[in-house]
Amino acid sequence: MNSKNLRILVPLLSLLSALAVSSLIIALAGRDPLMIFQKMLHATLGTSYGFGQVIFRMTTLVLVGLAVAIPFQVRLFNIGAEGQLLMGAFAAAMTGAMLPATLPSLLAISLCTLSAMTAGACWALLAGVLKVRFGVNEVIATIMLNFIAQGITGYLLTWHFAIPSTVHTAKITDNSIIPTFDSATGWLTNSPANLSSLVTVGVALLLWILIFRSRFGYEMRAAGLQPEAARYGGINAKMHTLTSMGIGGAMAGLGAANIVLGYKHYYESGMTGGTGFTGIAVALLAGAHPLWLLLSAFFFGCLEYGGLTVNAWIPKDIFMIIEALTILLVISFSALGKRLQ
Amino acid sequence: MGIAVRLSGVSKTFGSFAANSNISLSIEEGTIHALVGENGAGKSTLTKIIYGMHQPTSGEVVIQGKAVRFASPRDAIEAGIGMVHQHFMLVPELSVAENIILGHEHTWLFGSLPLKYAKALILKNSEAYGLAVNPDALVASLSIGEQQRVEILKLLFRKASIMIFDEPTAVLTPSETERLFATLRSLRDKGKTVILITHKLDEVLAVADTVSVMRKGEIVGTVPASSVTKPELARMMVGRSVLLRVINPPASPGETILNINRLRFCTPQSEERLRGLTLHIRAGEIYGIAGVEGNGQNELLQTLWGLAPEGSVISGEATLKGQSIIGKKPAKIALMGVSHTPENRLRHAVILEYTIAENLLFGRHREAAFHKGIGFNSRTIQRFTAEMISDFDIRCTSPERQPLRALSGGNQQKVVLARELNRPGISLLILAQPARGVDIGAIETIHKKIIDARNNGMAILLVSSELEEIIALSTRIGCLYKGSIRHEFSQEEVALKREAEHEFEKEIGLHIT
Ligand SMILES: Nc1ncnc2c1ncn2[C@@H]1O[C@H](COP(=O)(O)OP(=O)(O)OP(=O)(O)O)[C@@H](O)[C@H]1O
Ligand SMILES: [Mg+2]
Repeated sequence: MNSKNLRILVPLLSLLSALAVSSLIIALAGRDPLMIFQKMLHATLGTSYGFGQVIFRMTTLVLVGLAVAIPFQVRLFNIGAEGQLLMGAFAAAMTGAMLPATLPSLLAISLCTLSAMTAGACWALLAGVLKVRFGVNEVIATIMLNFIAQGITGYLLTWHFAIPSTVHTAKITDNSIIPTFDSATGWLTNSPANLSSLVTVGVALLLWILIFRSRFGYEMRAAGLQPEAARYGGINAKMHTLTSMGIGGAMAGLGAANIVLGYKHYYESGMTGGTGFTGIAVALLAGAHPLWLLLSAFFFGCLEYGGLTVNAWIPKDIFMIIEALTILLVISFSALGKRLQ
Repeated sequence: MGIAVRLSGVSKTFGSFAANSNISLSIEEGTIHALVGENGAGKSTLTKIIYGMHQPTSGEVVIQGKAVRFASPRDAIEAGIGMVHQHFMLVPELSVAENIILGHEHTWLFGSLPLKYAKALILKNSEAYGLAVNPDALVASLSIGEQQRVEILKLLFRKASIMIFDEPTAVLTPSETERLFATLRSLRDKGKTVILITHKLDEVLAVADTVSVMRKGEIVGTVPASSVTKPELARMMVGRSVLLRVINPPASPGETILNINRLRFCTPQSEERLRGLTLHIRAGEIYGIAGVEGNGQNELLQTLWGLAPEGSVISGEATLKGQSIIGKKPAKIALMGVSHTPENRLRHAVILEYTIAENLLFGRHREAAFHKGIGFNSRTIQRFTAEMISDFDIRCTSPERQPLRALSGGNQQKVVLARELNRPGISLLILAQPARGVDIGAIETIHKKIIDARNNGMAILLVSSELEEIIALSTRIGCLYKGSIRHEFSQEEVALKREAEHEFEKEIGLHIT
């Protein structure tokens, strides 16, 4: 089989098998899978609120997916999107709460977003620097940095910034709130989907150009594919390790901005809910391709929100199993696909 | 004697391209059967079919009288077929004996490996076939020639009776080649069948019993090796007479371009690899370095291209037009006007997943002529690619879509040479094994281009394990031995001695061993 067909077939197969396994589990839990899927479909794509929810989740997932996919072009496995997301979220909330209320909205939003991206990028760069300077494996470094990020944000929240008797920080100023589609245009009624979704599509497109159409990307992919040859070709592989990690972290930070500035308007403990890890599956399903990522994030967005809507029939725990199994299947199939190639 | 391998009507297509078409061939048991042909003629593809790595699109493969359809090399090994690849498949961290039994342990999970039995068998086989190698040595510590012997021992351990060698001599020194041939002969005398792919026609005549010539995916003739001459074979391959030695008009060198003065190189393991190497190369001359591999060639090349491993200590002088090269990075050195074709092209000179067009750009992608905006100018690149492909006769179907991986070995080499010989504004060209793996027709073209480059005033450093190539091309020759130039032949000497090539080869041989 040629590799092009394989690239389409493998994700498709993994989705189909995930569907089959989920049906089985739902049936075992004593429900009719067809009914459940119908309900999910209706709740996600059938109503404008539900669709807005999917778009909102998809946006974060695209961004954390990019956080994994960009370093992956240099064959770096960034497991740390979750930590980068946390740092970005905290930075966005802090900046948003401290800015003067008189600042023009565009400026305030930009400043908050920028601080989120910087925080995410710095956090990822730490792992990059450890790799370049001391040869520390990036998988281990990013996992550890996830724990540290959890610790830092948790400590800062509970000991310094939480509003008494809550688990969240002060609300950000009104001028740093990213408008929802609802407030801006009346679409997607009441849903958290906000204008950062548009920015995200643009960013994915830009990154696609950067990776596949620019000289920078040409060097970057070469450094990932054959590091030794890249050295002969005068390519600075260390620089690409750092920039790809930096860009990845910045994307996670942008994802945090979507949640904090577009929806929650403050930092709350546990608000990221492991989305950073789902990003790994999103990136793998899309073969780390920035444009396919949109599709794969949409799928996982549907799954995530759809799972919530059928809570009344299927316990949350069962749905957690289904989601995790789907991710596992995706990862296994993409590994298998590699071998077949 | 029976027929070891019989192919009837075998075809193999990749997409719409026929790499092998309707091939019928019988290989007799107990013979050495050579396979020759131009780059891209389909030799590797054909042997990969026999070895089960490719499945034929149509046709029948019969091994020792039995029709077979291998799904993978595993089946072929089962059927008594073995293959020595050009890139060895050994685990450097394991010992020779461990490597040999790898995959054939025949033992329970926690049982001890049958090392003793294996070692005895290895010793027996090494003696019988002249494959001397210490079974306890780590593979990492072996020379290329020894590693090849381990590969052959591996096949013998698996009781292979049909052995395929894809360009085994490309990486060997002349004396190692002699040794390999002795082994091949003794294998044949013990009834094994040997299939040998090579581009060196002298070798075919020296060792093979039968030779088949391939052209454009077909077999154009099978003849006893004793009944043909080298020019005849060459004509069968290429379809025209080939100039077996390039015309090398006298050079008129100009100013000194590269000046190397008492260069010393200590590896991070503090082994001294270059000991006061001194040489200079002038514009418009080719300086050939003759020498057995491992006498400092690698370290010299690393120094000149800024790729010495971290921790090596370099002292002395290496200047390009007065500017020091030592300690500079490859990109910087390229910018100073240096071009380099590394010896190991697959590892160092190309990105296998990139297309042919993208590879023709690799390392030169910083040249402004190819740029447009933040990306590349596809129109310019298309024109450049087409020009390179026709100039160097690179055999491919669609350069903008085909990954380099899909090219035959020799054509990959042509891509690298096309790219490096044409760098604009260069004054020094460093060529390591430029003709490795290319067919004789292409060697003719490549050698002509190298002489052209020289005539255009380039200084050229040529490192090659082929004395023939060194003698044919060089203006001056330096004999490298244990890290320094032990003897240098002047321009007059080389011009004179080139006429009696055999004697000259022998004389050089004395200076490098
Ligand atoms: N996987 C592949 N996909 C597409 N084309 C291929 C593939 N493998 C080989 N080819 C094509 O088949 C032809 C024959 O290739 P092959 O490697 O058999 O040549 P060869 O005779 O061994 O040449 P060389 O002397 O250069 O090694 C080439 O034109 C090559 O481009
Ligand atoms: Mg070949």
